[in-house]
Amino acid sequence: MRVSKRATSAIALSAAAALVASGCSSGDGDGDAAASKDGAIVIHGVQPENPLVPSNTTETGGGKVIDWLFTGLVEYPNDGGAPRNALAESIDTKDSKVFTIKIKKGTKFHDGTEVKAKNFVDAWNWAAYSPNGAQNGSFFSDIAGFDKTYTEDPDGPDGPQKAPAPSAKELSGLKVIDEQTFEVTLAAPTAVFPTKLGYSAFMPLPDAFFTMKPEEFGKKPIGNGPVKFVSWQDNVLIKLTRFDDYSLRDKMKIKDVDVKLYQDETAAYADLLANNLDFMEVVPTSALAGDKWKTDLGDRGLNTVTPSTALIAFPIYDKRFQNPKLRRAVSLSINRQEISDKIFFGTRKPADSWANPLTPGAKPGNCTACKFDPTTAKQLLTEAGGFTGEMVFYYNSDSSHKDWMDAVAQQVKTNLGIEARAEGIPTFAVFRQNINAHKMTGPYRAAWQQDYPDVENWVNPLYVKGGSSNDGLYSNPEVDTLAKQASAAPSLEASHEAFSKVLEKVDQDVPSIPIYFYGQQSGHSEKIKKLELNNVGELDITSVEL
Amino acid sequence: MGRYLLRRLLQLVPVFIGSTFLIYWLVWSVPGDPFAGKCGERRCPDQYVAYMTEKYHLDQNVFVQYGNYMKNLLQGDFGQTFSQRDIGDIIATAYPNTLKLALVALAIEAVIGLGAGILTGLRRNGFLDNLVLVSTLFLLALPVFVVGFVLQWLLGVQWGIVKPTVSSEMRFSELIVPGFVLGSASVAYIARVARTSIAENRRADYVRTAIAKGLPMRRVVGVHLLRNSLIPVVTLLGTDLGALMGGAIVTEGIFGINGIGREVYRAIVTKESATVVGIVVVLVVVYLLMNLLVDLLYAALDPRIRYE
Repeated sequence: MRVSKRATSAIALSAAAALVASGCSSGDGDGDAAASKDGAIVIHGVQPENPLVPSNTTETGGGKVIDWLFTGLVEYPNDGGAPRNALAESIDTKDSKVFTIKIKKGTKFHDGTEVKAKNFVDAWNWAAYSPNGAQNGSFFSDIAGFDKTYTEDPDGPDGPQKAPAPSAKELSGLKVIDEQTFEVTLAAPTAVFPTKLGYSAFMPLPDAFFTMKPEEFGKKPIGNGPVKFVSWQDNVLIKLTRFDDYSLRDKMKIKDVDVKLYQDETAAYADLLANNLDFMEVVPTSALAGDKWKTDLGDRGLNTVTPSTALIAFPIYDKRFQNPKLRRAVSLSINRQEISDKIFFGTRKPADSWANPLTPGAKPGNCTACKFDPTTAKQLLTEAGGFTGEMVFYYNSDSSHKDWMDAVAQQVKTNLGIEARAEGIPTFAVFRQNINAHKMTGPYRAAWQQDYPDVENWVNPLYVKGGSSNDGLYSNPEVDTLAKQASAAPSLEASHEAFSKVLEKVDQDVPSIPIYFYGQQSGHSEKIKKLELNNVGELDITSVEL
Repeated sequence: MGRYLLRRLLQLVPVFIGSTFLIYWLVWSVPGDPFAGKCGERRCPDQYVAYMTEKYHLDQNVFVQYGNYMKNLLQGDFGQTFSQRDIGDIIATAYPNTLKLALVALAIEAVIGLGAGILTGLRRNGFLDNLVLVSTLFLLALPVFVVGFVLQWLLGVQWGIVKPTVSSEMRFSELIVPGFVLGSASVAYIARVARTSIAENRRADYVRTAIAKGLPMRRVVGVHLLRNSLIPVVTLLGTDLGALMGGAIVTEGIFGINGIGREVYRAIVTKESATVVGIVVVLVVVYLLMNLLVDLLYAALDPRIRYE
């Protein structure tokens, strides 16, 4: 999962209002075209973990830069609405199985070569060929022939056996028809497939990529987006500049963007306060206490929500957690509103639905287990036969989760009378290692941020057997069948309708418990007169005006 | 002197091998799978893990890994991080920054610490002595990050005299505040050690003799007193350079300096033994050489000390 983006329209509106207000004080509301034209901004960034190859980037530090450097077939509007064509001229299908994709003519990569259909096909084949070890390889599993190019290690990566060499180098489901057209055949009908195409794994790669080592390319990436890469000084700065030959909708209004790579958020925040930094996506947690960031930033602060949800997952492979009544009892005993108010000062919203409501196709309020009802909770616990022993809630203590996890454990203890406490596991790596190995002995924190805006992304990876993030090994054959049907629905509308039925089933089983929806507090300098955040809350650099 | 130097340099070899292996082994035994948390809330594809494991020989035992590492190191190859960056490059860019910062800190430390030490050592129990005593006590009591945040907020954000963080050019003028922060605790030590040492030697026979001979006070203090009193101060300053470089992580974080602290921290968390050892190797060498230099300086300062 790539950590996230998006602002709802309501949020985008409030942001715009705040900006107009700050614009007023300087005399004009909309930004000065002349100042913007050659303008430069410095924004906050984090050193990317890997060389910048789209299909090998799964974290936000590099993901943001990839998003700016590349333009995909479809784009996700900033208001969180349905995806629309970007580089694609048309994406046609009759049965959600065979897609004919036509791309716009005459768009260019930053090295001057034209973006052609084969740049997509080659890039996807590269990522789907398992010996290349691309982190996003599994995104291509919908396409016919994936089982031939991507082989699993029979005894996992730690076992002595090695994965057999794939029998094919290319996906049989990809076919170049002419310079601007290619055909994608999926293994099974998937209505959401066109929506996925805006995710960074599906970006085209220039011919140059295939002539060099991926890590060499990733140090000087060549994209096709509104900005091009200039230089990257590790841990210090990534320099980007406007790509003048860019011909699609989202052209840059300013010229240079310096992404300053900080190791410490508070250092960046000090720079932001001193107008030494032009944009910071997330102000540090320390600035949230007592609404300090509002006093510090005034008009320069933006409050948005993002399509991410914090959950507590149950290790269903542990016998003690296999009774749905117990799981529901735990969920009902948690006062989410209090956690939101007291611990997050209202910056996070109490969760009341299974999929984040900002996601297209998601129904708000469909989590009946998310209410606070200690009486029913107690009753359910009795029906479930109580809980013997200690219930330990786990979290990774290298990030700020202690406060709210302690609160959850305390509430469970008070409201259910279970011996509950929260315990930190030192690092995210050790935490994830235990989760991956299915060795957790108590409920644990998790978070989910959509990879692409569709309710499907909140169901298949999390609640279907074998889903990529179904770490608790939840399995309900009914849910699996319904989800399969929903994924294969002939249209997106039908698919969304079907997925809401799936979530009703999930709601009865309570495989995990949604706790809160993430909010995001950003800040910008006095220099920026206009900006928008994209659908997951990242800065849309093409909207920036000075 | 030549033989002494040779012996000292030869002693570096076992220390070097021992410390590098110890560090390699320690980082290797940090719990956690380096690729378990790399793909967020989703487990990394087995193919990716297999590819990385093979590339970095992580399936071998720690001795083979260390052996491989040393073999490459002796050929000047520091290896690569899990992000496929050359560790040699990281060392080449991060070290000069940390060294610059540590040198500025050392200079500030020497000037302020020594100045205060001499003044108070000569005039004990006066107003100045008490002032320095109290203020050094204050500096010693404050953790580095408090001094750092307060100065950054006051000078950078409130008054706008300096930029809150250091730019990528690392100009010396920008390093004065971070340098002061880094050296603040040591300033206090230097001042106190210098004061005691001077106060003690002030009553030594040779100083009394020099004054009785009618030498001007400047010469008595500048040549006779100072030179003999400097030995403990030089020891402190010399070993402090290594400590400043290794301990700069907090200061580097506060002021956004791209130094070795952040790299070491990141590498420990992600279990990149090669990066930690690569950086520490250089640090170990700095420590050892500074210690040697200090020992040699003793002889220059005090003619009674000679090396065979």
